Amino acid sequence: MGLFDYFRSPQNKSAALAKERLQIIVAHERGSRRSSPDYLPALKKELLEVVRKYVPIDQSQVKVHLDREGGYEVLELNITLPDDEQRAPPH
Amino acid sequence: MATVIVVTSGKGGVGKTTTSASFAVGLAQRGYRTAVIDFDVGLRNLDLIMGCERRVVYDFVNVINNEANLNQALIRDKRVDNLYILPASQTRDKEALTKEGVDRVLGELRESFEYIVCDSPAGIERGALMALYFADEALVVTNPEVSSVRDSDRILGILASRSRRAEQGDPPVQEHLVLARYAPERAHRGDMLSVEDVLEILGIPLLGVIPESPAVLQSSNAGVPVILDDGSEAGAAYGDLVDRFLGKNLPHRFLTAQKKGFLKRLFGGS
Repeated sequence: MGLFDYFRSPQNKSAALAKERLQIIVAHERGSRRSSPDYLPALKKELLEVVRKYVPIDQSQVKVHLDREGGYEVLELNITLPDDEQRAPPH
Repeated sequence: MATVIVVTSGKGGVGKTTTSASFAVGLAQRGYRTAVIDFDVGLRNLDLIMGCERRVVYDFVNVINNEANLNQALIRDKRVDNLYILPASQTRDKEALTKEGVDRVLGELRESFEYIVCDSPAGIERGALMALYFADEALVVTNPEVSSVRDSDRILGILASRSRRAEQGDPPVQEHLVLARYAPERAHRGDMLSVEDVLEILGIPLLGVIPESPAVLQSSNAGVPVILDDGSEAGAAYGDLVDRFLGKNLPHRFLTAQKKGFLKRLFGGS
């Protein structure tokens, strides 16, 4: 740290630093918000309805996740089925 | 047609309840029938800021559960005509705020009020989501500080995706920035984010800047919303904010550092 920096108190630059950090994190978080498309909740609801025709499950047992890797997107669907004895016969 | 306005922020302690109280008083003072609702179930505080904590008999959750009707729960403000307060419940059961229940109560309020101000709790849990779900407009209260600005941006994302307007494809919730606890001299020195910085990051229109002022604490001590202390800078700034909300084109005040005179330095004062 030079003599010049010593006289320029670091607190004089802290707002600029705050702004720069915010711009980066906010842009990043907005980006990840956009990667979750609007249709995901509806997709999840319809999947739940279809699976429910055959197996009794609830909302929390369906997980839908969308990942973006490089040039392609991966839709990950995870449905937890109940134990055999709890399973109702299909109608 | 009533307008529902949510006062929200994401982060706690930035001035949501102070803003809700003064905003509601300002609308009522200007002749509009106004109701202000505390959505912070379990941690009610709007009643204290409004100075009506000893008059709470029934609350929002009682009305939702049909244990009381709206007229029994609404508290009429003693200082300002046209103003009613609906306090939050102190129950710990956050599940008490159901979408159907809130919708029904807002529907009843819409019949007799012009403005319904929803004071949101901090965070993004059920209470906060319920407070913003039915909103037509939003006052996003932000402090010039990194965590507050980030959380405000997060709340803007939620307003744009999880409000009823977003879900139904209606025109989006109209967003307004309220920058509170602003210290112009610190922003000028470069050790606080400036109004311009925050506007550039959040990108929503500025409704008002509330300067940091000892009057805010004095008002909450006394249970008198700061807008009623129109001799104070914060009170005057809230007055301007309400006028701007109602369509007046007023310049922003208290944005530049004021030179303190010798006497003021010696004796203090806001």
